[in-house]
Amino acid sequence: MATVIIPTPLRKFTNNTARLDIQADTIEKTVSELTLNFPELKKHLLDDKGQIRTFVNIFVGNDDIRDLQQEKTAVKADTVISIVPAIAGGIE
Amino acid sequence: MITIQPVAKELMFKDAVQAFPDECCGFLFGEEDREGNRIISEIQVVNNAKEGDKRRRFLIAPLDYIRAEQYAEDNKLLLLGVYHSHPNHPAIPSEHDRVAAQPYFSYIIISVLEGKIGPVRSWRLNDEVQFEEETVATFEVSPL
Repeated sequence: MATVIIPTPLRKFTNNTARLDIQADTIEKTVSELTLNFPELKKHLLDDKGQIRTFVNIFVGNDDIRDLQQEKTAVKADTVISIVPAIAGGIE
Repeated sequence: MITIQPVAKELMFKDAVQAFPDECCGFLFGEEDREGNRIISEIQVVNNAKEGDKRRRFLIAPLDYIRAEQYAEDNKLLLLGVYHSHPNHPAIPSEHDRVAAQPYFSYIIISVLEGKIGPVRSWRLNDEVQFEEETVATFEVSPL
């Protein structure tokens, strides 16, 4: 059981819940369980190929999963997972 | 409607002017009523983490984002959006702004013209993932 922190912009897709406890042992399974429970999250987290979108970062504690084992990163009972939207922009 | 309290507005404008000709960026905190009207009571200046030309781009580092969410939770505030500046450009979101934008968030854009504050406008994504403008008001308080 890990705790997933849902970022504010996506909370309208999780019934305004900020923290969710998910039973899974990898990030991949955590995301899969999340999108199963909250289908509207899917298009915001995954691309057409089912991969985590470029504009979405997933952190385990203070570590980006891209610096760990990506979607295969292990999740433990006390793991805190943050979904972090990329915040960027600027003049064209 | 989005209302920006004076202390937040001043900090945001100061950041935009100091960063010129680069883009500045930061977070908006406050509250929201049932109709979706927002009051921004605090802003948090954030380092523009974009590598390369910051005159045309801004990027907020993921750890800064995590800290902002934590700050909102700790202080019983809502994280309501982001501000950034458009140096020598209008306060209108670019396609780059739109593609990277998040639902729900207000995106305040400050036009900075030759180092001086120009028009300030705020935008939110609609369900068709297009920006719609929201009216910006300022919350004036009586002097003590």
